[in-house]
Amino acid sequence: MIEVKKLTKNYGDVKAVQSIDFKINHGEVVGFLGANGAGKSTTLKILTGYLTPTSGDVVVDGYNIQNDFHEIKKIVGYLPESNPLYHDMYVYDLLKFTANIRNIFGSDFKNALDMVVEQCGLKEVVHKRVGECSKGFKQRVGLACAMIHDPKILILDEPVTGLDPNQIIEIRQLIKKLGKEKLVLMSSHILQEIEATVSRIIIIDHGKIVADGTTKKLMNQFMGNVKLSLEVVGFTDAKLTKFQDTFKKAKVKKLKDYYKVNIEYKKKDDMRLDVFNFIVKNKLSLLEMSTQTANLEDIFRKLTK
Amino acid sequence: MNKNILNIFKKEFNSYFTSPMAYIFLVVFALVSGYFFSNTFFLIGQSDLRALFNIVPMVYLFFIPAITMGLIAKEKNLGTMEVMCTLPIKEYELVLGKYLAALSLLFIGLLFTVVHIITLTNFGTNIDYGALFTGYLGLFFAGAVYAAIGTFASSLFDNQVVAFIIGVFIVLMFFLFDKLLIFVPSFMAGFIQYISVDYHLSNIARGVIDSRNIIYFFSIIGLFLFATVQALNSRKWK
Repeated sequence: MIEVKKLTKNYGDVKAVQSIDFKINHGEVVGFLGANGAGKSTTLKILTGYLTPTSGDVVVDGYNIQNDFHEIKKIVGYLPESNPLYHDMYVYDLLKFTANIRNIFGSDFKNALDMVVEQCGLKEVVHKRVGECSKGFKQRVGLACAMIHDPKILILDEPVTGLDPNQIIEIRQLIKKLGKEKLVLMSSHILQEIEATVSRIIIIDHGKIVADGTTKKLMNQFMGNVKLSLEVVGFTDAKLTKFQDTFKKAKVKKLKDYYKVNIEYKKKDDMRLDVFNFIVKNKLSLLEMSTQTANLEDIFRKLTK
Repeated sequence: MNKNILNIFKKEFNSYFTSPMAYIFLVVFALVSGYFFSNTFFLIGQSDLRALFNIVPMVYLFFIPAITMGLIAKEKNLGTMEVMCTLPIKEYELVLGKYLAALSLLFIGLLFTVVHIITLTNFGTNIDYGALFTGYLGLFFAGAVYAAIGTFASSLFDNQVVAFIIGVFIVLMFFLFDKLLIFVPSFMAGFIQYISVDYHLSNIARGVIDSRNIIYFFSIIGLFLFATVQALNSRKWK
């Protein structure tokens, strides 16, 4: 469990994180979402004990970050942003070094190695130098280092940045699988990524939490509306007035060859049929009709503008 | 030894040998010290290694900052420092492991100069083995002090070249202190002389192992390693 209370971090005059609160339980996969510079990485660096907070409290599994950060480091696996690795080491040596530091030796190390090699799909690169691996494999090596001690808590800072679509899907599936038994907190500014992987989203902007909830809840809360766009030909002034009387919310814009109409409505009051019938009855011509439902991107842009 | 220190030491020591660093250091160190030693050895005709003991501290001035410059600066630059600092290792373990790796490389470098002892035993007479031993002890201690300084310089920057230059600068100061005594006001002269590495080195090289010298070496090493640990901790104060 991670519990963050009134966490604040200033770099000199810059307020990176301003009094944020959240609580994450085991078995949750949480996406930490924000624009670049919003305070995501700073928060994660504090949770992993790399930085100390200016004020506020962080409790990880009963350990307080101020006094017991050494204990916290033992139960947390951390993949930092941009995945720094020793490029001149062999993958095997790097994993062994990390395991030994984590007090895993001998047959325990063999088991741990087999586990991460299997889970992260490292079989073909174990005996290569890290520097010789492709970007996707490097990312998986970083992930393997973070989870070699089978941590209860996994903190991943932008785990899929720079991967190709196939690799992204693999990492995504891995994270989902890990989330069944671990607490996973991952940050990203790629929305589709978060949407596809996590069960709960925390959106942070300018150091403050602006939204926190399940993906579904956020959609309903911030974007219950459907946007209907039409391109119509044949409006006369009378027909236009009639149209606007019928559909009060419609915004009509006259363009060179046609009229562009936008109507926003709640999902439950579907208007498409009414609009279509009106057009047929009034002998208008329809060039295009499309709907757009809210996605996370809109929520994100709305909240972090 | 503490297992974390041992792990860091092994990783660091291996990384010297997986890059050209160690080989270049060892070969060039042996060549440079060998050249300056044998150049005068046969001219003077004395059965001692004084020429070697005089030249090695000067070779140190550039070589030791070169082997220590990457210890911490490189990790900061690569970002791996963040990984290290979030593993369950204490900062002092990290610093000691790295420092001991540099010290071991230095020790191997000194082992290469043992070839000159063989030359000496073949050509010389009346060899004072005691002075040879203390001479080497002095060289090792002086190297250990410089390595601690170099490690400290490396912890201040994330650029290896800058760490090297600052390392050379501080090492040079400690080397030159007792040569600048005439420029120093008399009430400070004793102090400046005491903190100079050469002053203590020359005592040991003469064959005297005085506890004051040993305490000096250990306290300077301790001071700089302590400062290194504090420099690593400073990320938390920001």
